[in-house]
Amino acid sequence: MTAPAGPRRTLWSVLLCALIGGPPALAADPVPEAAKRFGVPEAPRALLVRGTTDIALFQNVLTTFVTRHADLQITYEQWASNDLYTVSAAECAAGGAAADMVISSAVDQQVRLVNDGCARPHRSQLTDWLPDAANWRNELFGITREPAVMVYNRDLVPASEAPRSRFDLIDLLRPADSRYAGRVATYDIEASGLGYLFAFMDSQQATTFGSLIEAFDRAGAVATCCSAEIIDGVVSGRYLVAYNVLGSYALARATEAPNLAVVAPEDYTLVLARAALIPRGARNPQAAGEFLDFLLSDAGRAAMIEARLIVDLADADTSALHFSAPTGAVLRQIPLSPVLLVGLDRQKRGLFLDLWRNTFANR
Amino acid sequence: MSLSAPCAGWDIRSLPKAKALPVISGYSLKARLAAALAIVFAIGGVAVAVAALAYGRNAAQLSYDRLLIGAANQIAQSVELRKGAVVVDLPVSAFELLSLAPEDRVVYAVFDPQNRLITGYDTVAPPASPARFYNGVFTGEPIRLAQVARNFAERGFSGPVTVVVGQTTRARADLAAQITRNALIAAGLAGIAMIGLSVFAVWSALRPLARIERDLAQRSPQDLTPVDVAIPTEIGSLVAALNRFMGRLDRQIGVMRNLIADASHQLRTPIAALRAQAELAFDEPDPDRLRRIVGRIHARSLTLSRLTDQLLNHALIIHRADSEPLQPVDLRTVAIRAIDETDRSLFATDIRPGLDLPENPVWCAGDALSLAEACKNLLGNALRHGTAPVTLVVTQTGSEARLAVHDAGPGLRADQWADAGTRFARDSGVSADSAGLGLAIVHAVAVAHHGGLSFGHTDAPAGFEAAIVLPLTEAPKP
Repeated sequence: MTAPAGPRRTLWSVLLCALIGGPPALAADPVPEAAKRFGVPEAPRALLVRGTTDIALFQNVLTTFVTRHADLQITYEQWASNDLYTVSAAECAAGGAAADMVISSAVDQQVRLVNDGCARPHRSQLTDWLPDAANWRNELFGITREPAVMVYNRDLVPASEAPRSRFDLIDLLRPADSRYAGRVATYDIEASGLGYLFAFMDSQQATTFGSLIEAFDRAGAVATCCSAEIIDGVVSGRYLVAYNVLGSYALARATEAPNLAVVAPEDYTLVLARAALIPRGARNPQAAGEFLDFLLSDAGRAAMIEARLIVDLADADTSALHFSAPTGAVLRQIPLSPVLLVGLDRQKRGLFLDLWRNTFANR
Repeated sequence: MSLSAPCAGWDIRSLPKAKALPVISGYSLKARLAAALAIVFAIGGVAVAVAALAYGRNAAQLSYDRLLIGAANQIAQSVELRKGAVVVDLPVSAFELLSLAPEDRVVYAVFDPQNRLITGYDTVAPPASPARFYNGVFTGEPIRLAQVARNFAERGFSGPVTVVVGQTTRARADLAAQITRNALIAAGLAGIAMIGLSVFAVWSALRPLARIERDLAQRSPQDLTPVDVAIPTEIGSLVAALNRFMGRLDRQIGVMRNLIADASHQLRTPIAALRAQAELAFDEPDPDRLRRIVGRIHARSLTLSRLTDQLLNHALIIHRADSEPLQPVDLRTVAIRAIDETDRSLFATDIRPGLDLPENPVWCAGDALSLAEACKNLLGNALRHGTAPVTLVVTQTGSEARLAVHDAGPGLRADQWADAGTRFARDSGVSADSAGLGLAIVHAVAVAHHGGLSFGHTDAPAGFEAAIVLPLTEAPKP
């Protein structure tokens, strides 16, 4: 998720921007951030897959697929989540041809697309095996398993201060002279669909949410776009701690940056399943179904485990992940259900952003 | 059977033929019952299926309508006025409620009093009517919508805020199908059980018929006694009719047997005598003696012809009495007919029998011909054996009618009365000119008319009376 010249701004600037022009206007003509073709060009069948996953993270999966299906070539377009939703919804409304598959981490937007009748059903043995939370109407499928984590810089944050839960984080930020002031980062929830989803789910999960954003506010937390950028900031030491970072990116980065510590919060950990759907206007739904079945198959899952898109939180082997005695109780899978529509409601979103902003305005 | 019957009604040749003929059937009772039951079950099955479908749909509709209303109410409760503006803080719980129909898509919209969209799907139109529930279409799929209005009466804002919540109907259809399926399975099992019970009921209801069939099949050809097997009351009348029929057959066969017996018994002697006379005549050279012999032959043949008449009459009368439907008969006409038809020339005396009739008709259920014949027999007896004056009297006492022949003689001895009605009962046996069947005919006719034969001595005028006593009946309607 490398944003195209994504402006870094504090929550203040977000607020300012919001006051002037409402939510940041999406580009009038959204374009993919990057694109790459997999498979041989002379392959007779072509598949257009759009996703929010970074190409770097996803290319192994795609390569594995095209080597197994020599007659298929895949064009993978990497999009920002809001842009992806905008273009998919527009294609759906136009009723014409669309991408063959849309995979987004902003699952609430995916739910909205399905709810608006933009997806076509696909059913196979593999989709039947999916749990209810990862399969809505046989139209939307959760293909990954990625925790929302905190990361911190192991060099700059002493072990005694290392946060293990949201409470620890709040405690770190509480002192007026906290050295974490201005050095805590989280998603810009207006710019990032995923950030908004995580924040909204947080607000539904626990009352800690209020104290948390208050603490963020007091500590001058930085809201910025995109997992990669936030993690880079932590690794470089610009930020000491980052909150609600997508675990897949953090863990991938931790393998090469030893000073990056990844923490799945002990109080509860949100677990996201990237959601894939086959648009109603897919040109090649048959091949899209094959690709989907591959993603759900053992081979596809193996490729995604390798890319850390599927993180087994109970697996102690992920040594970089500081995670004490994880149990199912603290894992909160974000289910694919129409409940996610609530967060997308115009007024609800406005109220939520107001809450987010007002907390800071009251300082 | 070379014996030719005198009456077509009991042509004995028809009996073996009837056995060879196929039973007049064309249908099976079991097939009819099966068809009737099949129709009943088919109609019942269709009715149950329709009812189950309606019930399933209704139940599913009701359940999920409640979800819709619940969600709409929750949303309506979340509507607030903030600084004069309507704000909807959409509750997650409302959508969790809706996601109890996990496969269904959701639409919602909140409208202000001017029907402007406050939040929600702009594809949802404001409800056109105040109906709580209505149907619609959402991107190609049918949806069920519910609306709830919340009235505001605040300074600067008043009027209803309308919340519309809709859902696709997949869960409803599933639940309806499930309920219907379960109801149909239950009804199907009940139907199978009912079919089993029906088969058993039909089988057990038809079992007595098989018993009767077995009873009849095991009989000897001569056995015409009543069917005596346990039978349900419903076919009691059938078996009673069968028994009556067999009784009639029995009696008619009895008549036939009697006729044969009587004929052989009565006719053999006179015919033998006739033949002997004829042989005598054949060898007689003397014309005078031949003439005497021929005179005897003539007398003998007259007697023989009368005997034959009587025998056949007997058979005919008994047969008629048994087979003719009983109709109201005025006994006075019977008496007049009997008097008219009595061939007095047959009797030595030239007594003219008297007739004593009441002024009003005396109605009995009977066959006029048989009764007249019986009456003629009584008259004949009185004329032949009694003492003048002979009077035919018709009287009516209580519920009985009497057709009596009175004469001044001593009549039968009292010890002969009891078996006077049986054949050949007369002490004197068979006479040359009487088959001795007269009273037997009378008795048979009286019994066939549900009456009896009675004898008695009378004082005024002194004499003997033989009477047919019959039950009275109502006068026929004109």
